[in-house]
Amino acid sequence: MAKMMYRDAVVSTIAEEMARDPNVVVLGEDVVGGMGTPGGPEAIGGIWSTSTGLFGKFGADRVIDTPISESAIIGAAAGLALSGKRPVAELMFADFIGVSLDQIWNQLAKFRYMFGGKTRCPAVIRMAYGAGYNAAAQHSQAVHQILTGMPGLKVVMPTTPADVKGLLRTAIRDDDPVIFLEHKALYGVSGEVPDDPDFMIPFGHARLSRAGQDVTIVSTGLLLGFCEAVADRLAAEGIGCDVIDLRTTSPLDEEAILDSVEVTGRLIVVDEAPPRCSLASDICALVSEKAFASLKAPPLGVNPPHTPIPFARELETAYLPSIDKIEAAVRKVLSYR
Amino acid sequence: MQLSREALLRAYRQMKLIREFEERLHVDIQTGEIAGFTHLYCGQEAVAVGVCEHLSVEDKIVSTHRGHGHCLAKGCDVDGMMAEIWGSREGLCKGKGGSMHIADFDQGMLGANGIVGAGAPIAVGAGIACKIDGKGHVAITFSGDGACNQGTTFEAMNMAVVTKASCIFVFENNHYSEHTGFDYAVGTQLDIASRAEAFGMKVWRGDGTDFFSVFETMREVLDYVRVPGNGPAAVEFDTERFFGHFEGDPQRYRGPGELDRIRETRDCIKKFRASVTGAGLLSHEDIDAVDAEVLAAIENATAKAKAAARPTAEDVLTDVYISY
Repeated sequence: MAKMMYRDAVVSTIAEEMARDPNVVVLGEDVVGGMGTPGGPEAIGGIWSTSTGLFGKFGADRVIDTPISESAIIGAAAGLALSGKRPVAELMFADFIGVSLDQIWNQLAKFRYMFGGKTRCPAVIRMAYGAGYNAAAQHSQAVHQILTGMPGLKVVMPTTPADVKGLLRTAIRDDDPVIFLEHKALYGVSGEVPDDPDFMIPFGHARLSRAGQDVTIVSTGLLLGFCEAVADRLAAEGIGCDVIDLRTTSPLDEEAILDSVEVTGRLIVVDEAPPRCSLASDICALVSEKAFASLKAPPLGVNPPHTPIPFARELETAYLPSIDKIEAAVRKVLSYR
Repeated sequence: MQLSREALLRAYRQMKLIREFEERLHVDIQTGEIAGFTHLYCGQEAVAVGVCEHLSVEDKIVSTHRGHGHCLAKGCDVDGMMAEIWGSREGLCKGKGGSMHIADFDQGMLGANGIVGAGAPIAVGAGIACKIDGKGHVAITFSGDGACNQGTTFEAMNMAVVTKASCIFVFENNHYSEHTGFDYAVGTQLDIASRAEAFGMKVWRGDGTDFFSVFETMREVLDYVRVPGNGPAAVEFDTERFFGHFEGDPQRYRGPGELDRIRETRDCIKKFRASVTGAGLLSHEDIDAVDAEVLAAIENATAKAKAAARPTAEDVLTDVYISY
């Protein structure tokens, strides 16, 4: 085991997979950083430091710095994937799916099915998502609820550096298009990561990060840490929480959720996206349909409000689910009837 | 360069195959038996064939909603194509794609595309792959005068230049983007190629109703793009479409007698016949024999498509990852 930051788990996994498979190529805006400047290539190395050093190791053919052209980036990834390569494309911010959605939704996601299974499309689209940096309405969003609803895509949301390592490796080796959502507020978080060069975490296998008998809390990403904090706080009072880190939203580990709710009878889903048609509403509906008899209280989502993300610190803090809001939700389901 | 008799016959057969494939679809669609939207390529055959006759299966093309001609020219099986358009399980894409979504990766045909302008960025990726592989293969994207106005096309042209992708932008200017005239919708009034030139590409222009103009122009374009390091190029062919934007289009935008006139004076197949028989390269009998053989092939493909197995409800759930 080695201790590394979330962002280093991203770049080291890409580097390992590029060394292992010559078909893996990287492309995106400023993934080299400094091209065409006095500072020269790698003057920046990617604004999230998630591609640092790749250009020096693998060269311009395999580390392709692109103009600010998100449709062309995703489209080029699609074309590369249809031509035998394994592209790992980066959208600098997840919010930029807005200018490239056709290539994600109508192209990448549909090729395999629309062409009758005649091709696979092994492309990974990495993107930094999430609030916490006061980056306001167009640079802070969680977009998993949009992408999870699209047949043909797999959607990954790692929480820990170890999960980045294991899930990104699985994503790069997967033959379907994978959306890999990296929470920008987690890039600096450190954790133990296995050294095994083939360490992989299969998609659709959630991780139980806290175990308890009274309430099931489902989340992933930045908010998972908030859920763990709530579980630890309540444990002192003798209240036990199962905290389930989904890791992937498509595929969804239904079994882990349902098994837990069958024991606890209570469900909270903590979701960074707004409430309508959300991951939270989806999982609450799933549990209502499939584990109704086990429920002791209505399933409850904890989401931000149905508003754009505000800028000011006070406003962003008020917008996001917090430890206190999650705790209040847990107490609410515990006190039902 | 003079083409061999075999090459001439093959090129003619390819154009005639596309023509008759679509003339037959135009008739069969009226019966209501064929589902969905169909956009016919009739009139533009010289472009698809004049381009694709230069290509190997290692060269890639990305097509459009008006893609039948590109597919057939690139080598897609005519029976599989017809079966796909009829929605059969035996179609090239098992009846899941239909007219606008035919692909055949074994032939280097990376897909027709229902979204106008979506193909260009995909071809840039395929062109980058060709560049990386360094074997002189190319990726070609076909775009019309409609797609040339999409931002994706602009992004793709710049990205191709910046990455030196082995990519060719073939613009087929048939003067109508859906139901709107070229003179209205394309701000660079004279042409499309000048846009590509402005993005830093070497460009060519040719007569898209003349197979020999397309073929000889493409020889130059390909000689240039197949040289590693040269990067992309673009070519514009002026052409005509003989049917509407989609089947059922009332075409009230056409001028009086326009369709008769273009069928009379701008038909690439008539022009090919006149050219090769006039020069004594092929006889009318040679060409008549191809015509008969093609008509029989289309009749056969149609009969097979009508009789082919239909997909079942179970087929809905295959060829995709399903979460729940």
